[in-house]
Amino acid sequence: MLIRTAALTKEYPMGSTVVPALRGVSVEIGAGEFVAVMGPSGSGKSTFMNLLGCLDHPSAGQYWLGDQEISRLSGDELAAVRNRKIGFVFQHFNLLPRTSALDNVALPLLYGNMPPQARREQALKRLTQVGLADRLDHQPTQLSGGQQQRVAIARALANDPTLVLADEPTGALDSRTSVEIMALLQALNREGITIVLVTHERDIAAFAKRIIQFRDGQVVEDRMNAPDDAAAALVALPAEAAA
Amino acid sequence: MSFAAILRIALGALRVNKLRSALTMLGIIIGVAAVIVMIAVGNGAQARVEDQIRSLGSNIIIVFSASATFTGARSGAGTLQTISEDDAYAIARELPDEIQTAAPVLRGTGQVVVGNANWSTTFYGVTPEYFEAREWTIAEGRGFEPAEMNGAAKVALIGQTVAQNLFGDENPIDQAIRIRKVPLTVIGILERKGQSMSGQDQDDLVLMPISTARKRILGATALAKSRSVGSMTIKVRQGVDIKVAEENMRELLRQRHRLQPGQDDDFNVRNLSEILQAQEESSRVLAMLLAAVASVSLVVGGIGIMNIMLVSVTERTREIGLRMAVGARGRDILTQFLVEAVTLSLIGGLVGILLGIGAAKLIGGLAEWRIELSVTAILLAAGFAAVIGIFFGFYPARKAARLSPIEALRYE
Repeated sequence: MLIRTAALTKEYPMGSTVVPALRGVSVEIGAGEFVAVMGPSGSGKSTFMNLLGCLDHPSAGQYWLGDQEISRLSGDELAAVRNRKIGFVFQHFNLLPRTSALDNVALPLLYGNMPPQARREQALKRLTQVGLADRLDHQPTQLSGGQQQRVAIARALANDPTLVLADEPTGALDSRTSVEIMALLQALNREGITIVLVTHERDIAAFAKRIIQFRDGQVVEDRMNAPDDAAAALVALPAEAAA
Repeated sequence: MSFAAILRIALGALRVNKLRSALTMLGIIIGVAAVIVMIAVGNGAQARVEDQIRSLGSNIIIVFSASATFTGARSGAGTLQTISEDDAYAIARELPDEIQTAAPVLRGTGQVVVGNANWSTTFYGVTPEYFEAREWTIAEGRGFEPAEMNGAAKVALIGQTVAQNLFGDENPIDQAIRIRKVPLTVIGILERKGQSMSGQDQDDLVLMPISTARKRILGATALAKSRSVGSMTIKVRQGVDIKVAEENMRELLRQRHRLQPGQDDDFNVRNLSEILQAQEESSRVLAMLLAAVASVSLVVGGIGIMNIMLVSVTERTREIGLRMAVGARGRDILTQFLVEAVTLSLIGGLVGILLGIGAAKLIGGLAEWRIELSVTAILLAAGFAAVIGIFFGFYPARKAARLSPIEALRYE
């Protein structure tokens, strides 16, 4: 198993009371899976993703990523795990402004202490993989939303992570670009990259192989899904004016 | 993460907001420049006083006869001048550990005449010790020979002012001058000393052997008969407490003059270098005060840096969150912002140094003040700027480093 959580719990202090955000979630996700996490806001899916992403400490319970127990690690050790094993894709891309696509992709490598030449080569490889080899020196403002998200995905892949976490990656994109991004994620998944995706859109979740539903801090549904093929869906969509 | 990479990030961030970075630096620039200018002005004033001390001869005590103001009935009867040449030699002999040299000086004023030109000046009858005591050298010509000293030879050394006024561009050496109708041959010209503390022209004088002054110029006056002198110029040895030397010398003189306990001194002691040292001290205090006031502006500049860094941390919260998400540790973020703040203050410091040096030279030129740029002050100002960068940059940097990555990523 790549991911194993046991009775994972997270509570937030709110004044004198404690608000539970996650109440004992036990989930296993294998390497190579493509999981969509769904649920209304306040269902605990974001908290779950934060914990999976090693951005936060659980209040109780355990979390293993590979053979490493994450719930025991210090802040600096979490940073190292994020750097080496996890790639993040965000709804609003979170690219560094006034920074070239290449440098944005190379950012995780910078914190991984990779020498400059190797950083460049690796970043170039990842940008090529997402189809932006001709946009290396473009700054985020010079790229379309879809292109920006591709740069963000290339950045998530930079350090050869074992897990890619995508938090509403299509939330800021139009429907066609959304499907394009999903096609890219599906292609990456076929190459063996494990993807966990948070979304509240059913048709986006339909591209995943497994759907986990959250409500009130607990898993209420966990089922396999026969995924739609995003690449095929893209062909079916009417071609829009290139934005 | 390598330091070079961090430095590049910091410089990049500063370049993004050029105007803001420049304005932030301005505080440090003004502070550093002010410190450098103030220290340069203060040191200049101090150096001027030091020069005056040097021109007087350092560690000098002057003993004057106090006959005119002497009120006791048991005064040295009949003599106008209470101290003698022998007092000077006795002081040098009896207090060898404290006194380097003691020079008896006979003083007079008169009209010096050369051909049609004449000039009113002061003449001094001196011994070779005088030159040692006043640290005075001869610019042209030669000093007094022992034979001339003993034989009351009609020779004289003249100061630069006298030479200028009597001879103009002519060479005075081997020319004759007349003082009170006595012809003297000029054998040398003294090195220029400049003005004394009281604004007196120290180069307006004629020196001659003490025997010449006594026997030939002052002639038949009471002075000529005894060995008494108007004053003694005494040089205290380096490293000896001038107060102690003065006290011991005073004791010796009282003994030699057979003064009873309780009786007033029949001489006056003036310790000029002490007055000058007090002036030097006060100009040093002034310099420090100026530097302190200037460094206040450095601190204000530092607060400017802190202010801007806080704004910058807030503005870049999402960037910080992202950096953390892709693996930046707290200390990576801390270093990044600290380097930014220190870079601001160091660049400001460098520009401030250049501006300070320029301003100091300009002020020196315009106000005709003496300016002493000191390397120590410049290094100190630059170091202080760096320390201010670290000190005022630390709080914003730590604030950035302590952000929770989740909240930072979500920050709008």
